[in-house]
Amino acid sequence: MDKLDAPALRSRIESFARAQGISRWDLGAASSSDSSVQVDRGEAKQMKAAQRSSITVRVWNGEGLVGITSTSDLSDAGLQKALSGAQDASAFGNPDDSPAFSPLATAPLQTLEQPLHEPRGILELLTSLKDAERQLLDRHPALTTVPYNGLAERSSERIYLNSDGACRQQQLTTASVYLYARAEQAGRKPRSAGAVRLAYGAASLDIAGCINEAAERTISHLDYAPITTGHYTCVFSPEAFLDLIGAFSSLFNARSVLDGVSLSHKDSLGQSLAVPFLSIVDNGLNTGNIGASSFDGEGTPTRRLSLVEGGVLQNFLHSEATARAFGVAPTGHAGLGAKVSVGPDWFEIGATPGAAGAALGLDRHAASGQNAAPGGGLVLIDSLSALHAGVKASQGSFSLPFDGWLLQGGEARSIDAATVAGDIRTLLNAIVGFEGEAKVTPDGLCPYVWVEGLSITGEA
Amino acid sequence: MVVTLSPSSAAPLALGDRFDQAWRLPLEGLLGLGSAAGADLVEVFLERTDHLGVLAEQERITSVSPAFGMGAGIRVFRGERDGFVSTNDLSEAGLRRALEQALGMLGLAAPSLASPGPSAFNGLAPLRDFGASKADWLVACPALAEATARLLEGTDRLQRHGAHLQARRGSYARDWQEVLIAASDGTFARDIRLHQSLGLNVLAADGEHRAGAGRRYGSSGRPDQLASWDVDASAQEVCTSAGTMLYSDYVEACQVPVVLANRFGGVIFHEACGHLLETTQVERGTTPFAGKVGELIAHEAVTAIDEGLSDGAFGSLSMDDEGMEPQSTVLIENGVLRRFLSDRAGERRTGHARTGSGRRQSHAFAAASRMRNTYIAAGPHSPEELIASVEKGLYCKAMGGGSVGPTGQFNFAVEEGYLIENGQLTKPVKGATLIGEAKEVMPRISMCANDLELAAGFCGSVSGSIFVTVGQPHIKVDSITVGGR
Repeated sequence: MDKLDAPALRSRIESFARAQGISRWDLGAASSSDSSVQVDRGEAKQMKAAQRSSITVRVWNGEGLVGITSTSDLSDAGLQKALSGAQDASAFGNPDDSPAFSPLATAPLQTLEQPLHEPRGILELLTSLKDAERQLLDRHPALTTVPYNGLAERSSERIYLNSDGACRQQQLTTASVYLYARAEQAGRKPRSAGAVRLAYGAASLDIAGCINEAAERTISHLDYAPITTGHYTCVFSPEAFLDLIGAFSSLFNARSVLDGVSLSHKDSLGQSLAVPFLSIVDNGLNTGNIGASSFDGEGTPTRRLSLVEGGVLQNFLHSEATARAFGVAPTGHAGLGAKVSVGPDWFEIGATPGAAGAALGLDRHAASGQNAAPGGGLVLIDSLSALHAGVKASQGSFSLPFDGWLLQGGEARSIDAATVAGDIRTLLNAIVGFEGEAKVTPDGLCPYVWVEGLSITGEA
Repeated sequence: MVVTLSPSSAAPLALGDRFDQAWRLPLEGLLGLGSAAGADLVEVFLERTDHLGVLAEQERITSVSPAFGMGAGIRVFRGERDGFVSTNDLSEAGLRRALEQALGMLGLAAPSLASPGPSAFNGLAPLRDFGASKADWLVACPALAEATARLLEGTDRLQRHGAHLQARRGSYARDWQEVLIAASDGTFARDIRLHQSLGLNVLAADGEHRAGAGRRYGSSGRPDQLASWDVDASAQEVCTSAGTMLYSDYVEACQVPVVLANRFGGVIFHEACGHLLETTQVERGTTPFAGKVGELIAHEAVTAIDEGLSDGAFGSLSMDDEGMEPQSTVLIENGVLRRFLSDRAGERRTGHARTGSGRRQSHAFAAASRMRNTYIAAGPHSPEELIASVEKGLYCKAMGGGSVGPTGQFNFAVEEGYLIENGQLTKPVKGATLIGEAKEVMPRISMCANDLELAAGFCGSVSGSIFVTVGQPHIKVDSITVGGR
């Protein structure tokens, strides 16, 4: 990968901006080099590599309005064209909501422990993945193929610069492996499940753990049965609950609040959102967050931010502009744009320290033996699908297909096609408790979460 | 034929700002090297893009985001294997480096420039320039001032037609793309593509009641789309939908007959069946329809087509991303499976002949067999006949997104639904999800109406997000699982 040269880039941009009469600007630049392989029954199916570079530049015109342009052409002509495009776009900047430089764009950054790994090379990746596929298929005769698989490594770099002298730069290497197996038995529907692992380098990937998890999950779905439609107590896996909270993260998003598309309002801070023992923290700095960014798109340092404590909404995620509108400091969750997007980094979900209820709820549930389901039993929701289609974040509703098991009479049986539906606010107030140690996943840290009274559609 | 790159390979290719005949020699050099290295086929995809996105919210333009891009994707086949490298570096050295990397993936090494050795490559065919007549498309598109004015007109019309509107949005996207494709089988083709899309969305809220509604309109090759947009009718349709759904009850889970409206109702066929008729699924062994050409896989009422030819449709193209002209491909005829959609890789790996369906989001993706304009053909019935035939069921007037899983299970969100009781539409319901498996549902599409229409959409899959249309007339599915509360 060609390294981005921040001082040289600054010098070029300053020169081109001066020539175009632009005195205030900032930019985000990124470059990356990726290699990935896919295999199919012992053979290489596809091997891919990519070298990418891009830059997004914002300029402020004489009226303080902002324009933006992105380009993958980092030549002099490309940068000049981008500045000119941004200048043109600034004529249509929004005077009611004009971003400014983050006041924290030069604040100290927390040092992240992110070891840089040398790439192993695509042929080594191929050998590893072929071996992983073979080991996975050897686990059970019903495992016939691994139709979705991949082993990838990536080296990347990003920069934030502004005309006031801010300069952020971060280099990163990451690697990932995913194995999604398919199992077939005579006279039965095919079943599938998978697993994924991330690390800072391919040599550090827990491929054995990925194989084990993919095998165990896929095999566990071989013996399946339909579930009767009804209301059930559900236990969300850490991955499933994090997916759900992520899909409804507009609850915590100041941009969405200001745009009127969040279920939260400006005055929702300090109000109850969930059961009094729920804690949700956004913490991109957690060491479990592989590939964490030390700064956001506006150069603001990444930080730990409490969102929900004791069930009460504590803070919103902010960009510079939304923070200014709320009279607070930016939180390090911004993108880079004329209208700056805001998004979460990495959730830590669990019980509020000292709050009663999380364990009591489980005890109460066990003691009552109550379950609204026609046949009784608990539903363990292992993974949710189609969140893009089944979540109406601005309305609070969701209806999502899931993979999971019905736990009944001490046995777990995989559930044939089914969906879980509800309202996120109702769900957050129907949490009974947490079970097990919080698990580190690619999206955050979370234990198993028990929720009462969710609607499951299986066999009508 | 033996060809070489020019000796000054470290210098950028100073070939002007368009893809044309000037690229013939350097591309022949690359393809010759790849061929001489032992590749069965080498393909180079060059791309330049010019994107504009505009967003209006309430009474303000809140985002104008231009983006320019360029890059190359180089793919090398050897047997059924392939290596693919993409890069933003269009210099001669950059392209050669990418080729060498792709060859290296397959255990091949590029020969030296000085003595490249013999090659099976016989040079490129004469350039087929589908873009020649489209040179003025970009400048003929609306200026930024016109685009912003139309969107603000849209959000104003939403305000006029709607009630309890908490958020109003209008969006416009213009995607211009110039591509040049060269392959060692002689393929040499250029095209210019223009896609524009317009959308209106609202969120209505009254106390605890909330409803969202939106519509998207898209075209290809029509620079005047924005000017001809009936913004008032669009705003009225969106507001009517949101107003109807605002106070509706959640649907109860059930297994009932369903009537799906035309236009975007076609997403059910796209997701539930169309993806399973792509050779990428045959390669993976994830389609239940592999090996079933000539067999009855759907109700005899169903004929389904995928084509890239409909004038101005979002999924239409003059050539696919592998340089092949599109076809009209009959997928299912009276319930019988006739054909799979295939690309270069699909043809090599599954034996299904190419159909002009090799598509990709950009140079950063290898092409794959993908849908274009995909629809169920019109039938003999009126929409009213379909509804009248249902005693108790669900009418899905507007569909949201959906997806299909690796074992063929699909799901679709219903944005605007109504109960059917005794052959009549009665009360609106929300929160419905249609759930099923393609293999089980296709034989249950028992009636097709005579009102086929297409709708623009985006499809995300293995080769990225691409422009497509879905479509159908009103159709009746005899029984389907409806997820609800």
